[in-house]
Amino acid sequence: MMLEIDNVGKSFKGIRAVQGASFDVAEHAIVAMIGPNGAGKTTIFNLVAGVFAPDHGEIRFRGKRISGLEPEQVCAAGIGRTFQIVKPFAGLSVLDNVIVGALHAERNVFDARKRARAILEQLGMEQKAQQPAAALTLPERKRLEVARALATRPELLLLDEVMAGLRPTEVDGMVSLFETLNRSEGTTILLIEHVMRAVMALSKHIVVLHHGEIIARGEPAEVVKDPAVLACYLGTEAVSA
Amino acid sequence: MSQATPVPQVNAGGLPLNRTLLLGTACGVVLLLLPLWANNYVLSIGTLILFLALAGQAWNVMMGFAGLLSLGHALYIGLGAYTSAALFSHYEIGPWLSVWLAAAICALAGVGIGALAFRFSISGVQFSLLTIAFAEFTRIGFDHIDWLGGPAGLFLKVQQREHIDLLNLRGPPAMFYYVALMLCGGTFALCRYLLQGRAGYYWQAIRENEDAARALGIHTLRWKLLAVAISAALTGVAGVFFAFYYNSLFPEQVFHMSRSIEIILAPVIGGIGSLVGPVLGAALLTLLGDLSTEVLNALGMEIPGVKQVLYGCVLLVVVWYLPHGVWPALARALGVTREQHK
Repeated sequence: MMLEIDNVGKSFKGIRAVQGASFDVAEHAIVAMIGPNGAGKTTIFNLVAGVFAPDHGEIRFRGKRISGLEPEQVCAAGIGRTFQIVKPFAGLSVLDNVIVGALHAERNVFDARKRARAILEQLGMEQKAQQPAAALTLPERKRLEVARALATRPELLLLDEVMAGLRPTEVDGMVSLFETLNRSEGTTILLIEHVMRAVMALSKHIVVLHHGEIIARGEPAEVVKDPAVLACYLGTEAVSA
Repeated sequence: MSQATPVPQVNAGGLPLNRTLLLGTACGVVLLLLPLWANNYVLSIGTLILFLALAGQAWNVMMGFAGLLSLGHALYIGLGAYTSAALFSHYEIGPWLSVWLAAAICALAGVGIGALAFRFSISGVQFSLLTIAFAEFTRIGFDHIDWLGGPAGLFLKVQQREHIDLLNLRGPPAMFYYVALMLCGGTFALCRYLLQGRAGYYWQAIRENEDAARALGIHTLRWKLLAVAISAALTGVAGVFFAFYYNSLFPEQVFHMSRSIEIILAPVIGGIGSLVGPVLGAALLTLLGDLSTEVLNALGMEIPGVKQVLYGCVLLVVVWYLPHGVWPALARALGVTREQHK
């Protein structure tokens, strides 16, 4: 198993954000996490990425415990992440933003710059390379998040709502990018996404969270028909009617 | 008839290389040849500019590169100055030897303060206050060290000014000018090297967003401490120069808050985060101070405080119209563009 989330729980000031969540992500898989706002999806990401440690439970990456590690240690272990609320290095150029990430994987600035350019090209952002990151639109900033995370050469990529605000054709572009990445480089992907078009196209496995608990899991086609899932999105009355 | 417009040569970073090289060489030559015609008064102004540029460049490593605002850099000026002055006056150990110890002591002090602050997640304004606190209680502490003269001061033996003793840094103004120029040039080159390498990228990432930097695998604590250590050590070197140039040290004066502010002004006016900014700012501020004195004298205005008011007004105007400092705007005007490290 690439990533094992084992009975993990986390509370903030008495409010349980995640309780007893367990699921695995197999190597080379693409797994999607869905659920209404406030379901605890981003909290799970932050627990995996080392932003905070779980109150109980354990998270393992390639069999080794990573819960409790610092963010930079999690990155060094081979996990790259994007932030739902984007955190660009606003004063730096788009290219320099990606170079910072690439320096994690490359030995010097020259190689890192080469790699950063290649990634920007892959994401169709080469024209923006010299612009300050502050000048980007929100969808572009989301793509910059992806570019930076990719630049660290992650084995597991955590994508937190990177499709938000994209036009359908752009969503399709991102989907094919991640598919290519998954196929050619074998990158495992765990994503949080509200854009169902992307979720259905990308993932073979979906985990549904509601109020911090996993209420359903399985293949996309089954999960979207699950009464519990429909109820959490639409309310019980709408479903039973 | 049609002639191709010359395409400026571009280096890896995208700077128009020719023009930058030309400007840099011109400035360098002027600075090197200055003592040939300058009198001692001009040399003293030149030396002061270089000293402020050196200290400002050092401070800029912390604030401009890594985003750590130190308001207590007088601490490192003082520690560096007192270390070398004490070794010289008590044991006759020359500055070229003691400067290494001074730099090491400053780096250690900086890392100590930094480790304390970062360990307890003290950042932003609170961090700045902490740097002031350390400078202040060191100032008070040094008042009680009799070995270092206490409040009565520590003095270096001043020998004949015409005799050049480079080893002990005793000599005429031109010698001090050249030593300052060398230190300034060396620091500039070092900072340029750091800024363009891994450290520069990491520091700027930390400055812009520390959470994102950590997510990209940067051990931010380690890199922040490195910035503090380098900044403090370089400021300590400036302190050693200070001791041998002025020959007298008083805690009240060396460690004083106003000295910390003085160090900051040059990079703020010149352009925080840029390499040229501290140098340009030091030149502008020093020349402004001296020119305003001259002009006011010529006008026969001898109202006390007029110079300070004028000085303040000019600073206000600069900060108002050029919030990123003079250099980014000047660089654009000169066509040595892409000052991305603003």
